[in-house]
Amino acid sequence: MSILLEVRNLSVTDQRDQDEIIHDVSFSVAQNSCLGIVGESGSGKSMITRALLGITNPWLKSRGSARFIGPGKETELLNQDQQTMRLIRGKQIAMILQDAMSAFDPIAKIGDQMAETFIENQALTRKQSLLLAKDALALMNIYDPQQVLKKYPHQLSGGMLQRCMIATALAMEPELIIADEPTTALDSINQGQVVAEFKLIREKMGTALIFISHDLGVVKQLSDQLLVMKDGAAVEYGEADLVFKNPQHPYTKYLIDTRLALTESFRKAMRKGGQRDETVRS
Amino acid sequence: MKQYIVKRLLWTIPILIGISFFAFILINLSPSDPAEVAIRVNEITPTAENVAQMREQLGLDDPFMTRYLSWLGNALQGDFGNSYVNNKPVAEEIAKALPPTLYLSLVSLLIIVVVSVAVGVLCAVKEDSFTDQIMRGIVFVGTAIPGFWAGILLMWLFAVKLKWLPTSGMMTPAAVILPAVTLALGYISTYVRLIRNNMIQNKRENYVLYGRVRGLSEKTITRHIFKNSLQTSLTALGMSIPKLIAGTVVIENIFAWPGIGRLCVTAIFNRDFPMIQAYVLIMAVLFVFCNLFVDLGSVWIDPRRREA
Amino acid sequence: MVGFFKRFRNDSLAMSVSFFLGMVILLAILAPLIAPYDPTAQNIIAKFQGPSLAHWFGTDQLGRDVFSRILYGGRVTILISLLTMVVTILIGTILGVLAGYFRGWVDDVIMRICDIMLSFPSEVLILAIVGIMGTGLTNIMVAMVIAKWAWYVRMIRAIVISFMDSNYIRFAKVAGCSTGHIIRKHLMVGAIGEIAVLATLDTATIILNISALSFLGLGVQPPTAEWGMMLNEAKNVMITNPGQMLAPGMAIFLVVAAFNFLGDSIQEALNPKINKGLKGQRYSLYQALFGREKMVTE
Repeated sequence: MSILLEVRNLSVTDQRDQDEIIHDVSFSVAQNSCLGIVGESGSGKSMITRALLGITNPWLKSRGSARFIGPGKETELLNQDQQTMRLIRGKQIAMILQDAMSAFDPIAKIGDQMAETFIENQALTRKQSLLLAKDALALMNIYDPQQVLKKYPHQLSGGMLQRCMIATALAMEPELIIADEPTTALDSINQGQVVAEFKLIREKMGTALIFISHDLGVVKQLSDQLLVMKDGAAVEYGEADLVFKNPQHPYTKYLIDTRLALTESFRKAMRKGGQRDETVRS
Repeated sequence: MKQYIVKRLLWTIPILIGISFFAFILINLSPSDPAEVAIRVNEITPTAENVAQMREQLGLDDPFMTRYLSWLGNALQGDFGNSYVNNKPVAEEIAKALPPTLYLSLVSLLIIVVVSVAVGVLCAVKEDSFTDQIMRGIVFVGTAIPGFWAGILLMWLFAVKLKWLPTSGMMTPAAVILPAVTLALGYISTYVRLIRNNMIQNKRENYVLYGRVRGLSEKTITRHIFKNSLQTSLTALGMSIPKLIAGTVVIENIFAWPGIGRLCVTAIFNRDFPMIQAYVLIMAVLFVFCNLFVDLGSVWIDPRRREA
Repeated sequence: MVGFFKRFRNDSLAMSVSFFLGMVILLAILAPLIAPYDPTAQNIIAKFQGPSLAHWFGTDQLGRDVFSRILYGGRVTILISLLTMVVTILIGTILGVLAGYFRGWVDDVIMRICDIMLSFPSEVLILAIVGIMGTGLTNIMVAMVIAKWAWYVRMIRAIVISFMDSNYIRFAKVAGCSTGHIIRKHLMVGAIGEIAVLATLDTATIILNISALSFLGLGVQPPTAEWGMMLNEAKNVMITNPGQMLAPGMAIFLVVAAFNFLGDSIQEALNPKINKGLKGQRYSLYQALFGREKMVTE
């Protein structure tokens, strides 16, 4: 499998106070693979992806290299001009944000917002775009997509909006999808659904995926490689199975143990209540 | 939404009643005797007899409620009594003077909207740039300049020195330019700031990030930001329409514009109580209805509030 | 609170503006001692003289010394404005605190009255009251207090309510502190900053209103010197002597701008903005001059 994205020595500095937010991070994403990035809030996981897509605040400066090997040509993502980046964003690299409710313009219909993505990225007509949006929603197993298209964001649930975001991303058929904590703002039932959908996406479409989360359990189900972030630096990076079985860095150990402890106490509580919940496996 | 409309409309009624009551009481608070004033103004020396006669003529000795109700009844039929000054029906004078004021306010409003939006959007898009800072400096200066000073300075420059525009009156179509611009100046500053700050706030919203991430053009994203900030700005703008109409007083005075502002000031100088009373009532009612309209309008624009 | 004074002191532009206003107020109070001439002393022969050593700002259409008139005019305009502001703030604070602190029926009654008062546009109210009571300085003062008090009550009530929600007030209540103690020591100390912002910004508005009313002839009567009234007189000689419009207009503009700036500075010192933007430095003169955000007050 060939490399899709190669990141070398990525550093991001805040020019106002010279504080280094991301320090010398390197990783690569192969085609049709999934990289999980985990860490606490503030560890810099989201910042990495923002730097890659060139959408950081103007006072942040990126250094290093991020080569994106798209179909036919190779592009350096960092410090690239906005015009080139705009062509890549949405079309070749799609991103799904954490809080779906605020990600959409509150005074525009969902259908229009999804459609404008297609119109701008693929030069489709409005009619074609709306049709594409409808099909994309149907693909996410959304019942009555035509109705959903007509609604405003506040009329839909968080989970539904998240699926709309994913549908928008998928419809563009990108090489790489970056999912920034897609499950964090959802309740556990919706979480399970979204994770299942991502699994399906990986199987059916072979899109590469960068999955960011602070929830180890979710990351474990999807990732091939794992990158552990702490305070802006990468503390561990390798094959997911290996890292989970045999974590090298003490912080990784700490994360995994804590997660295990949580699951254990849940299990105990369940056992005490006389029920055995088979689905809760570490 | 329907519930809100009904509730709002119903609430208007007690407010209108309260206003009419207050307007009526206002006159009765006067330290001077309206009858005496009415006589004096017509350059007759008040004597005990003609004062008493005037009091009877104006019905000033009737009990309070009777006077209030008869006044209210007349007012609702459009009869606001006669001016103390020239004994002509007040309603007639006001009807003559209202259109010029509304016309002036409208032109001002147009100028305010066009300039505020243009400058506000420009400043928001080029946030913190040199253009933005210059504009904000100008805006700051604009809030401190007294309207009447700006008015007479502009009048001197354009009407006296350059002779491009007339100094006063409503004779030519161009005559509305100076007063409208002067009136607009005071409000432009506030609205440029409002729109700019609104848009900048919106710029930091999540949907802007998501738009970028989806590869939308800056133009499209700005369009979204603009529509969102327009909502709040529109409400604020609407709320100040009655203020605008009321604020024409000074401008009309400077430029000798034949509107109700000038009418009111003359009435004050002449202690013409029926006129003052009618002015207060009409302006307050206008105010209430404008606010109502804007309130309902702002709920309708925002799809989020339409359901609630 | 301590942080506020420190920040304010560090803001060099705010300090200079405060100094300027301090000087202005001092000049206003000391006008009778400083003014070189009697502001009402006429000398027709010497009318419309330009600035000279004898008359720093020249003379007006009746030969009166403009500089003295500006000084005395400032006395009227500024001191009356401050007085009006103080009275309005006092009423507003008392009622606002009552309404915001005690809530319940006290709040309801006060708010209903405010609602009715606020359904009149303030300019209309002022004109009406002046119309009823007659022209003159005291009357316009009363008119402005009556017109604005309800707005103040609303604003201060909102400030009080926002403070009531804070934990330290709740704690004080739970700890059994008396109502008076809480209001004085905790609530007012916190709220006074925001009220100060309101006061400064509103003083600017009041100055504009008073001079506007005097300009119309509804305020002071000639020959009293007042900046708005001076502009009215200047207007009449616009064609021959436009220069007369400069001094009083400039005076109003500078003082109003200063009060606006002060209000903004106090607001900034109360809540230092976290987002500093690209250029980074906090208070370069340039950025300070053009980087002020004014509270939209109505």
